[in-house]
Amino acid sequence: MGQLQNFTKGFIRDNPVFVLLLGLCPALGVTTSAFNGLGMGLATTFVLVSSNIVVSLIKNFIPSKVRIPCFIVVIASFVTIVELVMEAFMPALFESLGLFIPLIVVNCLVMGRAEAFARKNVAWSALVDGLGMGLGFAFALTLLGGVREIFGAGEIFGLSLFAGDGMLVFVLAPGAFIGLGYLVALNNIVKKKLA
Amino acid sequence: MEYILIIIGAVFVNNIVLAQFLGICPYLGVSARVSTSVGMSGAVMFVMTLATIVTFLIFQYILVPFDITYLQTISYILVVASLVQMVEIILKKVSPALFQALGIFLPLIVTNCAILGVTILAVREDYCFHLLQAVVFAIGHALGFALTIILFAGIREHLELVDVPSGMRGAPAALVVAGILALAFMGFANLV
Repeated sequence: MGQLQNFTKGFIRDNPVFVLLLGLCPALGVTTSAFNGLGMGLATTFVLVSSNIVVSLIKNFIPSKVRIPCFIVVIASFVTIVELVMEAFMPALFESLGLFIPLIVVNCLVMGRAEAFARKNVAWSALVDGLGMGLGFAFALTLLGGVREIFGAGEIFGLSLFAGDGMLVFVLAPGAFIGLGYLVALNNIVKKKLA
Repeated sequence: MEYILIIIGAVFVNNIVLAQFLGICPYLGVSARVSTSVGMSGAVMFVMTLATIVTFLIFQYILVPFDITYLQTISYILVVASLVQMVEIILKKVSPALFQALGIFLPLIVTNCAILGVTILAVREDYCFHLLQAVVFAIGHALGFALTIILFAGIREHLELVDVPSGMRGAPAALVVAGILALAFMGFANLV
């Protein structure tokens, strides 16, 4: 597989949220607006790229029996970095993402890529894979956040689109599930058209 | 009374799956049959209660006195992961029957964000729990998880027999059903 294909597979064909259904907790939990979705997506991308590189570099030193705890420690260290940096420089975003920042540790997507890709490939491929998958995740979260923001508040990235209140249900919990359900269905159709 | 309020709040008002979006992966992953979802709920309840006790003590007596609360994420995930491993070994030895029932679900629990989420929530400043309250809080959230996943599995067993448009088959239909369940649970808002 070429590097370009390795990079672009995360967007539609193997999109982590729409196709693989990984990392759904943050995908549903933080996407009350497009900006929150983007912030969460980029934070996860950073953790994913860094942990993929490190896992790929140390893959020959860790015995395969204890690899999972090793991966978890690597991932948790990068998550702590994100946590501290975000708290210092972007306190507003840190506040609105809340619990979901430490929970990047248990995002199945990060663990899944370390286990399925990074430990079998060289660092460069692991970097490209992490970047592609991470940006695909960010793309999905921004899209879902955008849909919920447009229908729920009549805004996109804080810019008002139409006057009056939106449908509040899209900002609340049920809107997350229903919005994601229809986006997954839409992705299924697009994927079929592309194939 | 105080404990009953904590449980009602955790099960209905701040339901862990439908209101806080934690543990969505097992919620969608092992809810195809009612029997597997019961097994998963049992395993979650067991590990969540144990993990909350251990992490609560670590937070109170190690992280806070030494002023290293920024290590919370790393230490908690290690506790959860090793606890799951330990529970697995002990169960295999002590109660093979229970191990048979919960066995395959235990490894999955390490990456169940509901466990890590509840252990972090239990030491949040705005609750000021003591140990017993934190334990009740964990049991309440586990009960909430059990209630929603068993309900959902019951609905999904019927959903398989329904003629769904091809694009909506599988995950999308399940997500929309989860949304409708969440809508129903919104009726409990402001109950406590």
